[in-house]
Amino acid sequence: MRTRPTHTALAAALALTTAATGCTTPGTAGVDEDTVTVGMLHSLSGTMAISEVTVRDAVQLAIDEINADGGVLGRQIEPVIEDGASDEATFAERAQKLLTSDDAATVFGTWTSASRKAVLPVFERNNGLLWYPVQYEGLEASDNIVYTGATTNQQIIPALDHLREQGHTSLYLVGSDYVFPRTANQIITAYAQAHDMDIVAEEYTPMGHTEYSTITNDIAHHEPDAVFNTLNGDSNVSFFQQLRSAGVHADDTPVLSVSVAEEEIDGIGADNITGHLTAWNYYQSTETEPNSRFVQAFTDTYGTDRVTSDPMQSAYNSVHLWKAAVEQADSFEVDDVRAALDGITIDAPEGTISIDGTTQHLVKTSRVGQVNDDGLIDQIWSTPEPITPDPYLESYDWASDLHS
Amino acid sequence: MEALLTQLPTGLAIGSVLLLAALGLNFTFGQMGVINMAHGEFIMVGAYTAFVLHAWIGLDPATTLLAALPLAFAITGTLGWLLELGLIRHFYGRPLDTLLLTFGVGMILQQAARDLFGAPNVDVPTPTWLTGGITLFDTVRIHHSRLFILALALTAVAALAYYLHRSRPGRQMRAVIHNRDLAATTGINTRKIDAATFFIGSGLAGIAGVALTLIGPTGPTLGTNYIVDAFLVVVIGGLGQLRGTVIAAFALGLLNATVEAWADASLAKLIVFAAIIAFLQTRPQGLFTVKTRSLT
Repeated sequence: MRTRPTHTALAAALALTTAATGCTTPGTAGVDEDTVTVGMLHSLSGTMAISEVTVRDAVQLAIDEINADGGVLGRQIEPVIEDGASDEATFAERAQKLLTSDDAATVFGTWTSASRKAVLPVFERNNGLLWYPVQYEGLEASDNIVYTGATTNQQIIPALDHLREQGHTSLYLVGSDYVFPRTANQIITAYAQAHDMDIVAEEYTPMGHTEYSTITNDIAHHEPDAVFNTLNGDSNVSFFQQLRSAGVHADDTPVLSVSVAEEEIDGIGADNITGHLTAWNYYQSTETEPNSRFVQAFTDTYGTDRVTSDPMQSAYNSVHLWKAAVEQADSFEVDDVRAALDGITIDAPEGTISIDGTTQHLVKTSRVGQVNDDGLIDQIWSTPEPITPDPYLESYDWASDLHS
Repeated sequence: MEALLTQLPTGLAIGSVLLLAALGLNFTFGQMGVINMAHGEFIMVGAYTAFVLHAWIGLDPATTLLAALPLAFAITGTLGWLLELGLIRHFYGRPLDTLLLTFGVGMILQQAARDLFGAPNVDVPTPTWLTGGITLFDTVRIHHSRLFILALALTAVAALAYYLHRSRPGRQMRAVIHNRDLAATTGINTRKIDAATFFIGSGLAGIAGVALTLIGPTGPTLGTNYIVDAFLVVVIGGLGQLRGTVIAAFALGLLNATVEAWADASLAKLIVFAAIIAFLQTRPQGLFTVKTRSLT
């Protein structure tokens, strides 16, 4: 065991050397005459695999499309696929490997905020560029990450605007017990205070919780105007089944969910969730020409029983946005690509999106949808204009206490 | 007091789920001392049995539920019997090896489910006559699906009690548990009894799985949600004690529901675990024990 620290030190020294060499030879990182190497870093095993595999499929589809179309700057994209195994330490280690030994020009990956936070220092240390595809709790803007999902002012706040427009003034909050729901509910509470809305209750349950009788009975008892649901994963199945048994119907008390997409509805059972609401920026049913192409290409490749969801679409866009930025910069170097990010605009399945260079988030439209009998989501409302990202909610007076 | 009264049905509902999940373990773990980590996956197999009947064979929800119960019992029972025959019997007296071995079997079953049915949860529809509920004293609603599970759990307990105390193979089973050597000298085929015990214990997991499709997600990791709670119930009830398991399951359910009435679910779980630790400190043998004069 005595030799262990020496080994670690040696490995660290080696890693540093490799990183340093990578920086001092511009223009060669992972790129040769015919190919460019990119990394794909998702959980392909463990609890998160269920969600992240779908995102990996979407990234792969975009890469195949671009390659068939002649590649990026005349080079074919060669993905190196790594498994984060639903474990933060593994994510950090794999990210290090992708950036230093594979010399990946960029990396598409991660899903949970925990895994993003785990790889962030690795990307900052090695000056890498990560494309993060999932809506999240905001309060972050790293030079080494492009956030292609929504931040809070593009999902939660528009959803609250919609509920308020519908005259729903009392809300019941239920969420899984971790960072996203807790942050989201802080924002919701601040919003409610500023807009004369009433928070009836704020309930948290552990991840994987399946006993919702107490909460569903409580909802039936309080009869709030709406329920704001930030539960994650399997818990949604139990929650919606038991809510239905408790006699709570979407007509009287709609539940607005921010972590339930097309992919999850089948497991919940369409008849348990029909009529309830979701807030996203994209639905499989979104009517744009790029979306019909995306859905067609996806089902052709992976089968007609597969559905497309917001995070999948964001991951798919990431690759196309990166291609556009590389071509704008005429370089694969991270610094050049970053300098070219501002204003990059594409016609995506969710509509026209563009990169805001200051925050490296996207300007995008926010939507509220209603689950229909077929288990798909119909859009019932959208913001008239795409929303400028504001991850720190600096433009909202009522949120001043949140970012201090 | 009012909170306690209103949470009573919820507590019974939670308790009956715990009871169903733990009943099978009461046999394999409680009576035979085998730590079967794959028990949770047997529950999962039971749930998928219902899914296959509905989605692949095309039965309607009600027929699915009624047909899946005996079928799941037979399928997971056979799985358990094969597990005992092929692997576990070679490891009697080596609990640590058995634990690792069955943990591995559990992972294989999980991955098989993932490959066969896909990683996302699947939908097993609830029959319409089980979707509603009854309202009691204004604030409490008892869901029909919960009543069904309660009735199912109590029926299973009654059937087991009858089997263990009234039937010949059941009495032989109890004899083997009390004193294996002495039972063998009276001519009981202990190998056959072990196999039967494992069959019944695992089969009960299948029944629990079918029932759980009514109230929770059906996915490859379904079993892991319940396995820890099920082990706790068996340990608290006292190993191999049917009445202990019943009382422990309902006690835990009621405790959970009462605490949840004033604290949130996260905190409730914590408090219940703390209570369990305190209980096992003062009574490590659980609620009930087998009184025996043997030296071991």
